[in-house]
Amino acid sequence: MGHDKIVTSTAWSPGPGCHGGCGVKLFVQDDKVVRVEGDEQHPFSNGRACPRLLAMTQYMYHPDRITYPLKRVGERGTGKFERITWDEALDAIEEKLGRIRDEHGPEAVLFCQGTGRDIGGPISFLAYSYGSPNWVQLGLGGHSCYTPRLGAMMATQGDYAVLDAAQFSELRYDDPEYELPKVIVIWGQNPMPGCPDGFFGHWIVDCMKRGSKLIVIDPRWTWFASRAEQFLQIRPGTDGALALGLIHVIIKEHLYDKAFVEAWTEGFDELKARAAEYTPERVAEITWLPQDAIIAAARLYAGAKPAAIHWGVPIDMNPEGSTVAQAISHLWCLTGNLDVPGGNIIARPSHGVTTYPFSTQEMHELYGEEFVKRLNEKRIGANEYAMVRNFRGWAQPDLTVQQMLSGEPYPIKACWIQTSNILGGQAVDVRLHHEALKKMEFVVVADLFHNPTSMAVADIILPVASFAEKESFRSWWAPLQVIAPAVQVGECRSDWEINLELAKRFNPELKKRYETVKDLINDRMKVAGTSYDELKQAGGWVMPERGSASRPYRRYEKGLLRPDGKPGFRTPSGKVEFYSRSYAEWGLDPLPYFSEPPASEVRTPEQYEKYPLIMVTGRRSSVYFHSEHRMIPWLRECDPDPIVEIHPSVAKPLGIENGEWVCIENDQGRIKRKAVVTPIVHPKVVSVPHGWWLPEQAGQEPKLFGIWDVNCNVLTPTGTQSKSGYGGGAYKTTLVKVAKLREGRDRNG
Amino acid sequence: MGRKGLLIDYEYCTGCHTCEVACKQEHHYQPGQWGIKVNELVMETFHKVAVDYLPFPTDLCDLCVQRTAHGELPSCVKHCQAACMTYGEVSQLVQEMEKKAKTVLFAPK
Repeated sequence: MGHDKIVTSTAWSPGPGCHGGCGVKLFVQDDKVVRVEGDEQHPFSNGRACPRLLAMTQYMYHPDRITYPLKRVGERGTGKFERITWDEALDAIEEKLGRIRDEHGPEAVLFCQGTGRDIGGPISFLAYSYGSPNWVQLGLGGHSCYTPRLGAMMATQGDYAVLDAAQFSELRYDDPEYELPKVIVIWGQNPMPGCPDGFFGHWIVDCMKRGSKLIVIDPRWTWFASRAEQFLQIRPGTDGALALGLIHVIIKEHLYDKAFVEAWTEGFDELKARAAEYTPERVAEITWLPQDAIIAAARLYAGAKPAAIHWGVPIDMNPEGSTVAQAISHLWCLTGNLDVPGGNIIARPSHGVTTYPFSTQEMHELYGEEFVKRLNEKRIGANEYAMVRNFRGWAQPDLTVQQMLSGEPYPIKACWIQTSNILGGQAVDVRLHHEALKKMEFVVVADLFHNPTSMAVADIILPVASFAEKESFRSWWAPLQVIAPAVQVGECRSDWEINLELAKRFNPELKKRYETVKDLINDRMKVAGTSYDELKQAGGWVMPERGSASRPYRRYEKGLLRPDGKPGFRTPSGKVEFYSRSYAEWGLDPLPYFSEPPASEVRTPEQYEKYPLIMVTGRRSSVYFHSEHRMIPWLRECDPDPIVEIHPSVAKPLGIENGEWVCIENDQGRIKRKAVVTPIVHPKVVSVPHGWWLPEQAGQEPKLFGIWDVNCNVLTPTGTQSKSGYGGGAYKTTLVKVAKLREGRDRNG
Repeated sequence: MGRKGLLIDYEYCTGCHTCEVACKQEHHYQPGQWGIKVNELVMETFHKVAVDYLPFPTDLCDLCVQRTAHGELPSCVKHCQAACMTYGEVSQLVQEMEKKAKTVLFAPK
């Protein structure tokens, strides 16, 4: 097919949905994107592309896409909306939210987002311009997505670390400074389906081809597990015990890096004493793993140098997720693999530019320390949880839904929901969140498609631009890159554009600072000594310079990490803290420990007898991003049904055949799924993919696109958060039973 | 010019569906039409569960003649996230096969 021009850009969010960073070429003809390809020149993805990116034309021009502002004209849930102009929509929002702020204070409005993507920057900007401290991933039990891991790393090592796939170098694997990890531990993730946490999943395949050996820790036999030197098929929710067991063996057998530990860490003796409690024998009993496998994994990982750990969101979803993350991150510090080539390297936003504030430091830089501290007075969860108060700016989601229902200690009146399908996606206990959202006086949804959440509660809907239609920027983690618009679709506007316009209405001071979105981007890119246009002209991306704070390696030796310019880490002691001073200050155990899941064969044996299967939700699909893309024909046919994976030894006695619809239930509810009978899952586990709703079904209440039938979170509980407030959502540990559908009752539902 | 083919290293095919959707976009195929389709094999062996994927070019695969005519790679090969597909002369791909186990060579046309 012909084209008039090719626009090179960066994929991030609306579109593929994920945390992105891939270089793309958008082929445009007659002001329409007619084809999307990978950009061979781009160092992040080297021309490769995922199915979601390659299906962009079906996504952008889908007949169901919302392309102009809407207001609700019927009762909530009847799906009756009418087209309005942008001016009408923004005026109505300004008037309504303005009145709520006058009557109840700005904290009465929640600013709700889904997972990372690129929304954190614009939504926190709007929330703070309006004055609300309640920026929240509403529904995300225990706020169990990356923040627990980030908090643990920030507290104990003063920065974040990621597996080194040479992603900070324009030369990638050919960079002479780079070394390949000899061993890669993939812990609780299937890196195939996407770009978790700013990491291109197939970089691990690149490393495997070059010789990296794998240790895989997962309850499922993933593709990576089938190619691993060692596969540890772990009991869900016991990763903390395994991490301590590995630390036990590494210390006992003197496999740790003595020089690094002596020079750069503190609290080793305390950690040694704590780990002594976690013998391979005890850990084997907790985790279902053979003792020998635990010992062998410790030897393989610690005996290889460099070695790196790549971890996933199940770490956060462990009971006490923030302490499990602490234990795992200690492994790469103990073995001297921190910020060395081929290890776990410190990842900072490229050039110090903030698109999405990932740390308290970045929030202070953007909004001022005084202002951020003042937000804490009313921020939900900041008073209950010291770690929530002191790390980043989120409201705690489990407490938030309770407050929406109770109105205590102050009422919640409205929700601004931006690119988040709460009821079809992340919310645990969906019925509770449905009830809480329906109590709101006013709800704005900014999104690209209708979904169960917009259908149930939206009063005004704003049409959002995909990445191919907007000006934006990305610095998570590298390179620093621009997102350039290729076309306009309908009246859609970017999240930044929508939020800047409203922010100026709520905080007129901003009018002096930013006329356009580009002004804001340029302001944020100033620290990098460049601008949007300059970087776009120069090819659209730039890696951080060698020797700078956002480029590896061994920055702790060079004084590049601490604000005072001294060698060491950005922690209270300046060292890696195996005994965390920050955790102690926050009233938490300064050392890692294991805690049994809230419902389990050990903790709740009676419940386990009734519901003998552990439901692990959230296994990723390469054609979907969470609750998105079910309406895209090319993608849906690759993964057509909401399924449950069940082991043959469990299915057989239940009389369940492959491909048969079954019900999954516990005391909280029941859903239906299509059985995939497979040895991939552990016999005591069923894997139930999340984010399912059925756009082809009726959207109006009470159906809401089938969520009550197929959304796994009908079964997951709220209120399981960690003692820190961060971590512990029971997405991987909820107990259920599976049964054949009963004639009549189930089949007609 | 000799016959052209696709060499697939199925040690590294992760089953990500990229080749399928790349092909659909390139050829504007409707749902139900596949120029290449990924097959999954899951099997318990003595020691483990083997999980393997293998893309299979169908009758609708034309090896992207419209792209290769001006020096571009077939869309599936270009976009393959695992970079496990090679396009070229069958005679040369056979030599590649000599060097690497778990490979399969397709000559669809």
